[in-house]
Amino acid sequence: MAQMTMIQAITDALKTEMKNDENVLVFGEDVGNNGGVFRATEGLQKEFGEDRVFDTPLAESGIGGLAIGLGLQGYRPVPEIQFFGFVFEVMDSISGQMARMRYRSGGTLTSPVTIRSPFGGGVHTPEMHADSLEGLMTSQPGLKVVIPATPYDAKGLLISAIRDNDPVIFLEHMKLYRSFRQEVPEEEYTIPLGKADVKREGTDLSIITYGAMVQESMKAAEELEKDGHSVEVVDLRTVQPLDIEAIIASVEKTNRAIVVQEAQKQAGIAANVVAEINDRAILSLEAPVLRVTAPDSVFPFSQAEQVWLPNAKDIVETAKKVLNF
Amino acid sequence: MAAKKNQQFDPVETLNAIEEKFEMVQVLNEEGEIVNKDYDPNLSDEQLEELMRRMVYTRILDQRSISLNRQGRLGFYAPTAGQEASQLASHFALEKDDFILPGYRDVPQLIWHGWPLHQAFLFSRGHFKGNQMAEGLNILPPQIIIGAQFIQAAGVALGMQKRKKEAVAVTYTGDGGSSQGDFYEGINFAGAFRAPAIFIVQNNQFAISTPRELQTSAKTIAQKAVSAGIPGVLVDGMDPLAVYAVTRDARERAVKGEGPTLIETMCYRYGPHTMAGDDPTRYRTSDIDSEWEKKDPLVRFRKYLEAKKLWNEEKENEVIEKAKEEIKAAIKEADGTPKQKVSDLLGIMYEEVPFNVQEQLDIYKAKESK
Repeated sequence: MAQMTMIQAITDALKTEMKNDENVLVFGEDVGNNGGVFRATEGLQKEFGEDRVFDTPLAESGIGGLAIGLGLQGYRPVPEIQFFGFVFEVMDSISGQMARMRYRSGGTLTSPVTIRSPFGGGVHTPEMHADSLEGLMTSQPGLKVVIPATPYDAKGLLISAIRDNDPVIFLEHMKLYRSFRQEVPEEEYTIPLGKADVKREGTDLSIITYGAMVQESMKAAEELEKDGHSVEVVDLRTVQPLDIEAIIASVEKTNRAIVVQEAQKQAGIAANVVAEINDRAILSLEAPVLRVTAPDSVFPFSQAEQVWLPNAKDIVETAKKVLNF
Repeated sequence: MAAKKNQQFDPVETLNAIEEKFEMVQVLNEEGEIVNKDYDPNLSDEQLEELMRRMVYTRILDQRSISLNRQGRLGFYAPTAGQEASQLASHFALEKDDFILPGYRDVPQLIWHGWPLHQAFLFSRGHFKGNQMAEGLNILPPQIIIGAQFIQAAGVALGMQKRKKEAVAVTYTGDGGSSQGDFYEGINFAGAFRAPAIFIVQNNQFAISTPRELQTSAKTIAQKAVSAGIPGVLVDGMDPLAVYAVTRDARERAVKGEGPTLIETMCYRYGPHTMAGDDPTRYRTSDIDSEWEKKDPLVRFRKYLEAKKLWNEEKENEVIEKAKEEIKAAIKEADGTPKQKVSDLLGIMYEEVPFNVQEQLDIYKAKESK
């Protein structure tokens, strides 16, 4: 096994699927010769040729339409949207077209597209690069939305996403790209979409989270352990469809929960997770389910982002409220 | 040091020169006379008759669709009369393997490509079975978002190029559609990849009520091709022979690997935008209507064919009767299709129904079985 960063694991997943299936095409802005602005597609054009790995003109909507059209010709497109803040330019292709293709055609056509895109705060980007916009995607029926938190998960989830016959939005947190390495098998493996992973077991409190907040939640859990609290961290991995069974199983075990997301309180998926817990496990609860989120402003310019982004300290604070309720 | 003034380049003069170059291609004039012998596509007698049959049939289909809509027996419908040459003569230059990405007014091309009439009626009524395309039928359901089909056409065309197919992607929009960003992105992407696509703008003079001159400062829509570095053609969209010829040429270039073409067909829709309450008298005068009616594609083609002894009243009535009968049978078939249920829809949102959707599916199945 090799030690890989998340970005290496992503490149490895792309390579694996390009070898497995000649219908897999990788394209987008600067993904060819340049290997992508984060080098996610490094070496792919050289290995698989310009016919399968290619640069497009600079237009996100065009990239979305291209993906849909290629999908209609039997390809399995894996376009990159250079930064997910640019997604507003391609919203019709995603929400108006890909997500509806199966239903619109009465189940006869699909859009087997995997849109990869970097997002996430803490790396001092200009505006419109870092926003957590997964909530926009999860409010659109017909899409799947995946957000890996570790290199191992990134590879297995990306392979599953590419093989999936429905459109998948695969969001890669920029801060996680190179923040740590992990053992990642060089051979192929898949992690099913829609399945959460318990990253840490515990009995007193469930932290339901995803993306970069998994690391912060793990730190918080360690802090809380010092005070004698046994905390479980559930990494959702796929935020649409939600692994409701895993969420409920954890809450029924711990009887207390908080939901942690990097997105604003009004955005993301935390409110939906709280609602699902209330619908299905209210009698198991010893305390209200609270949320740790960013505040309801637009994503700040970089000087304010460290305070704006939720962190382990915020999580510990909220966890204590629930634990001491 | 001040930059040297460039005395060779005059941007205004260059623009004017380009705009003047886009003259409208015409083969058959309003009197049904060949005015451009060199560009006559020389269709065989059988082909000429077939194209006429299709145009007459489609005019009847339009009339019947409007009256069925008024009786509440059809839903969403965008009238097509006046655009028969633009729609059917361009389609006549296509092959079965060519892939059509239509706008919502382009139902006739889909029907002549093989979309069964009763399915077109089911689409109009808002039933998903209308859009279940048979294997090998290379069409998408009519696109509602103006312009979305242009970027998708670039993708279908690129896919055909990669598959080394001898086929093209053909897409249609209106004059309003040419203002969309996706219009430019579509023609630009296809141009950059030299993909085998044909982009057809049916310039029927009004986007709902907004006149063509409010859409753009450009004198023609065809000239927008220049910005993407692809060929553009302005054609008399009421002239079936000219529309056929420019589409045939665009197709030939595309399958030879010479890339996409933008075609602007100058035409007119006699009816309202759709049957959902649009009132053309708010934005058109009857003078404009009658000016365009003189250019009618069926009238001029009929004159042309009658002069060649290829058409007469008997043949015309035969087509009209056939159209009426087939429309009647298709409506009957559509009537016999069970109503669409919410559970049908929930069951096909994904390949595998997710947990939360499955719960809702069970609820609606129970509700709808009562």
